[in-house]
Amino acid sequence: MVPLSWYLVLAALLFSIGIYGVLARANAIGILMALELMLNGVILNIVAFWRYRGPTQVSGQMFAIIVFAVAAAEAAVGLALIISIYRRRGTVVAEDVSLLKW
Amino acid sequence: MIAPYVPADWLVLLPEIALVVVAVLLAVLDVAYPQLRRTGELGIYAGIGIALAGVLGIVFALPGSDRTLLFGGMLRSDLFAFVFRMLVIFAGVMTALLSSGVRGVSRHGEYFILLIGACLGMNFMALSADIIMLYLALETTSIAGYVLAGFAHGDDHAAEAGLKYFLFGAATSGLLVYGLSLLYGFTGETGLAAIAAAVGDGQVPPAALLVINMLLLAGIGFKLAAVPFHFWAPDVYEGAPTPVTAFISTASKAVGFAVLFRIMSVTVPMSAYLLPLLTAISVLSMTLGNLAALAQRNIKRLLAYSSIAHAGYVLMAVVTISDLGTAAVVFYLITYVVTNLAAFAVVIIFARVSGSDEIADYAGLSRRSPYLALAMLVAFLSLAGVPPLAGFFGKMFLFAAVVEAGLIWLAIVGVLNAILGIYYYLIVLKVVFVYPAPEGAASIDVPRVYSVSLAVLCIGIVVLGTVAGPWFDLALQSAQGIY
Repeated sequence: MVPLSWYLVLAALLFSIGIYGVLARANAIGILMALELMLNGVILNIVAFWRYRGPTQVSGQMFAIIVFAVAAAEAAVGLALIISIYRRRGTVVAEDVSLLKW
Repeated sequence: MIAPYVPADWLVLLPEIALVVVAVLLAVLDVAYPQLRRTGELGIYAGIGIALAGVLGIVFALPGSDRTLLFGGMLRSDLFAFVFRMLVIFAGVMTALLSSGVRGVSRHGEYFILLIGACLGMNFMALSADIIMLYLALETTSIAGYVLAGFAHGDDHAAEAGLKYFLFGAATSGLLVYGLSLLYGFTGETGLAAIAAAVGDGQVPPAALLVINMLLLAGIGFKLAAVPFHFWAPDVYEGAPTPVTAFISTASKAVGFAVLFRIMSVTVPMSAYLLPLLTAISVLSMTLGNLAALAQRNIKRLLAYSSIAHAGYVLMAVVTISDLGTAAVVFYLITYVVTNLAAFAVVIIFARVSGSDEIADYAGLSRRSPYLALAMLVAFLSLAGVPPLAGFFGKMFLFAAVVEAGLIWLAIVGVLNAILGIYYYLIVLKVVFVYPAPEGAASIDVPRVYSVSLAVLCIGIVVLGTVAGPWFDLALQSAQGIY
């Protein structure tokens, strides 16, 4: 059986790539995708922990499902906000969206 | 292990159930009586409905001194949670009333339903005793908040504020949930009490605990708008519809602290470095918030930086890890919510007539509307911490708790910062009272709803200040048994 640490390393990699994307991407859609990648890392983490640490308890599965649901809701709201920006400005590049600064 | 299910558990959730009912009724009202959209009465109905939920809670669901776990350990009902829930509901009522005349939001039933959704999420944040519940409640709050911030979609600034709030919020909540997943993985538990026990047994290696603490702190720091997680605050506060700003800066921040206490009961026993870290965040938040506020010309940005500074003051008492410190935090948050809502109420009323949030445009407000200027005086002096207003006693208890814990230097930093704060609040008041009004400036008419809510808030500030004793006793009681 594949050891737990492999899954955790993969999850950490996914999560780190996600963080890099959030910080480095200029396009709001790109940032949104990177956010989803972060959450996927989290879900992989939880599922692996559940399988190896306590497969008899459902709490791990429940946690994973709730993170799924939240990720979906977040993506929906995020896309809606991006579309509302795009309609008004015609751009989804985060740096161009800068009316607000001091 | 798992607390048995008791039907009476539902009684504890009476305010939340009432909130859901109010949200559904509003949805029906909105569709059935379209004329309500024109008159802006929806906000008044929403405000009354949320207030009823609070009254129901106080009458039928007031918890005693005992602490009980509900619904299989998902929720924990105690006085601490109850105080925060009522605080959220109070902020919700005021926000709904203050929204009733704001263009872009007052004519949309879904705006008020989302507001109630955010209130629900915050109530469950204060109640949660399990990391799954905590995450779910936090996201309920955040997602409703993103939409609220970007709600006025005819407005470039609001759309941008919504997007910025979303990007920062989603990224920090991703960090938070990664931390929670590690916490779950190392301990095999999701209940906060069970996790605390496992952490106490040393099941989590110190290095992992350090990483987990950082991740959790990022998520909660976003809610608190504490430095270095504050970048979103000025932009979102400025761009979002002002009632939403008022709601985010008061209720959201207050429950952020409630969650910080819940999480700290898990992490503090094991981590000696968390306290210096929180102290550093506190000092940085105060200093940076106050210094940046000095340079602001927009009143909403000024209040944003001032709210960052206030998060710093509160964190000062959080690091004392004492019952007195916790009580001081609870009391301070009560005064802060009331005071900041009053300040934003003035901003909303002024912007309704003048359409401006620039501080320079407040010149001569005392001639244009003496009562509004008086309310502004009360709110800003309370924010500055001038006796006998609420803010003064809030700060006094904070500093007392900090000195009691032997952190004299921290108290001195806090006092210096408070003086810095007085300076920029007084500059705004100088513009209001000393500078002449521009030629031909009309007087400012205040609709009935606004004058009533502003009066309630101002009386609240004075009462919390002059009769601080019973409120502080309440805070002391609620602080029992947090650690």
